[in-house]
Amino acid sequence: MDRAEKFIISFSIVVLVLFVTGIIIVAKGAGIDIAECVPSDKTFTEGRLGQLDEHTYQAYYVAKMWAFEPREIEIPLESELDIFLTSKDVVHGFHINEKAVNLMAVPGTINKYRVKFSKKGTYEIVCHEFCGTGHQNMVGKIIVK
Amino acid sequence: MLLELLIPMLLLVLGVYLGLIQVLSRAGVIRGDSIWSLKYFEGLTLHGVVNAIVVTTFFAVAFGNAVMVYYLKNKINMTWVWVSFWVMMIGTLLAAWAIMSGNATVLYTFYAPLKAHPLFYIGVALLVVGSWIAFFNWIPMYLRFRKEHPEKKTPIAVVGTLANFVIWFIATVPVAYEVLVILLPWSLGYVSEINVMLTRVLFWFFGHPLVYFWLLPAYIMYYAFLPKLVGSKIYSDFAARLVFFLFLIFSIPVGLHHQFAEPSINPNLKLLHAVFTFGVALPSLITAFSIAASLEMGAHLRGHKGLMSWVYRQPFFDKNNYLFAYLIVGLLIFIVGGATGILNASYSMNNLVHNTGFLPGHFHLTVAGPVILAIFGMTVYMYSNLTGKEVKLKSLNVAVPYIWALGLTFFSSGLMVGGLLGEPRRTNLGISYTNPDSPLFHSDWQITTAITAIGGTIMFIAALSYFTVLIATMASKSKGSVAFSFPTSEAYHDEKNISLVKNFAPWILVAVVIILIAYVPTIKEALENTAGGALPYLPTNPVPITP
Repeated sequence: MDRAEKFIISFSIVVLVLFVTGIIIVAKGAGIDIAECVPSDKTFTEGRLGQLDEHTYQAYYVAKMWAFEPREIEIPLESELDIFLTSKDVVHGFHINEKAVNLMAVPGTINKYRVKFSKKGTYEIVCHEFCGTGHQNMVGKIIVK
Repeated sequence: MLLELLIPMLLLVLGVYLGLIQVLSRAGVIRGDSIWSLKYFEGLTLHGVVNAIVVTTFFAVAFGNAVMVYYLKNKINMTWVWVSFWVMMIGTLLAAWAIMSGNATVLYTFYAPLKAHPLFYIGVALLVVGSWIAFFNWIPMYLRFRKEHPEKKTPIAVVGTLANFVIWFIATVPVAYEVLVILLPWSLGYVSEINVMLTRVLFWFFGHPLVYFWLLPAYIMYYAFLPKLVGSKIYSDFAARLVFFLFLIFSIPVGLHHQFAEPSINPNLKLLHAVFTFGVALPSLITAFSIAASLEMGAHLRGHKGLMSWVYRQPFFDKNNYLFAYLIVGLLIFIVGGATGILNASYSMNNLVHNTGFLPGHFHLTVAGPVILAIFGMTVYMYSNLTGKEVKLKSLNVAVPYIWALGLTFFSSGLMVGGLLGEPRRTNLGISYTNPDSPLFHSDWQITTAITAIGGTIMFIAALSYFTVLIATMASKSKGSVAFSFPTSEAYHDEKNISLVKNFAPWILVAVVIILIAYVPTIKEALENTAGGALPYLPTNPVPITP
């Protein structure tokens, strides 16, 4: 190994450490995190939309072959939405288009993510994990008014 | 030996054909009724299992056998070579039957609670066990070499092959447990409910090291052969060895970066796996430097003096040096493949791309880039050298990697841009999202899937060209003299045989410690934060199968 090689290895390590630092700052400092870890709850079997306070809504989603329940929800602009997600049967995916919300629905578990909607419009939810014959028709909707 | 090399090629014909069917279906060019929906996923299961697991495993074993015999210069136990071959072959046939008869439409990740036929699980387990047998057959050869030549360095190709199979062995133990102890009894109806999160954690314990298992044979060729092909040397012998040992310790404790979007596991554990994933980027960055240095040195030795002229003064289109073309094109593709991989592993950035088209866009730049091109190039090389037959259609042969790369550029760009626009992976888009008559029609995705379909078609043409070259070579007459050799590179900086890169044991120990740190708490969480088990389901029915 010569000087050039030692330099390039040290340089690579520094670059990778910088990347990791950036990721941690964004995740923990700026609060752009990933799916939360919530203990499972056997009573969560039905989908519904609830309201916690003026600006915070809670959507309980049950994914099943081949629909999301509730299929469509409506929330006001600038509200925070806590998404709780479970599956009644097989594994499903949950992706809100034009939003960085990307969750897996796994039977026997609850997935959680908080998201804020600051733009009006209709957001489409698409199932992106293979779940059987009707997979390509499994969609939902969030309307922000 | 020849059979072991050619079986994967035969399977690839099917794998590549199914790939074409998929891009055309996603783009809505082929659009069937509802029966087609399930056929699509049968095809996708076969495409994934054949291309990602069967072909890569067969090739790694066949190439490993050749490397061990050639470099250790001692006899291999042929009985075990054949036992390993037939165990893998029977496993492949059982799994293939289960998939093609429509009894295992579960994709190559076989996520429970979708249930496959018991023979699918048995087939997958046999394939893995067959590859273990090959590995165990090499260990006494290696030990004998070390005993007889205590002062000699172990050849780099042997170090790479053994490191790869140590990774493979450690990583496949949990998946063997998942398949044989959890899924098989459940599929047979002896157990009614299973913990789905646990099966997912065990699968991804194996799922990411799997990609290094594909990739390392290509890396072995980059270090051991590529410098020689351009009349150059391995830049540093020490660095080459270090790279394989770094893979050994960092390949496995990274599985959670596939599970960022999943419940039940603490985000900080996922972050830890993300950090280890950046660790595994290090050997690839070292490799980028080492190979570039070898290429530069090669050009200078051949008399090209310019500062940067080495970049293009390489035998890219040399018909008699076709192996170089296959390897260098794969390596260039992997720059993008690796970079997009770093992006996927970047924790919250994954929220944007998880399970979208971006993912298959990325991993086709690895497994359908450096991996398949190395397999293509080396298969024709080994075939021609083992049989004494000259490669036919030489111009077409050297063009194959370039046509493939052109197709792959369109293919992966379409998928990655589509993915950023939300296009889901693993979906037969032609029925709904890219069907203008459907209420779910998405015009953005129609454009991106069309680009992907164009790319996939070009890749299909490249594969057909390759098979034509291989068949023409097989049909030609042998020139008689058979002298098998690998183009072996010497080292420019040939450092002392220091114990740090001489022995496997300390590296295996470190690997095991890191794995325990990464996985003991993960498995604990998967067990604690889940409630109730899952009954088996068939993809056609929302009502579970009750025993």
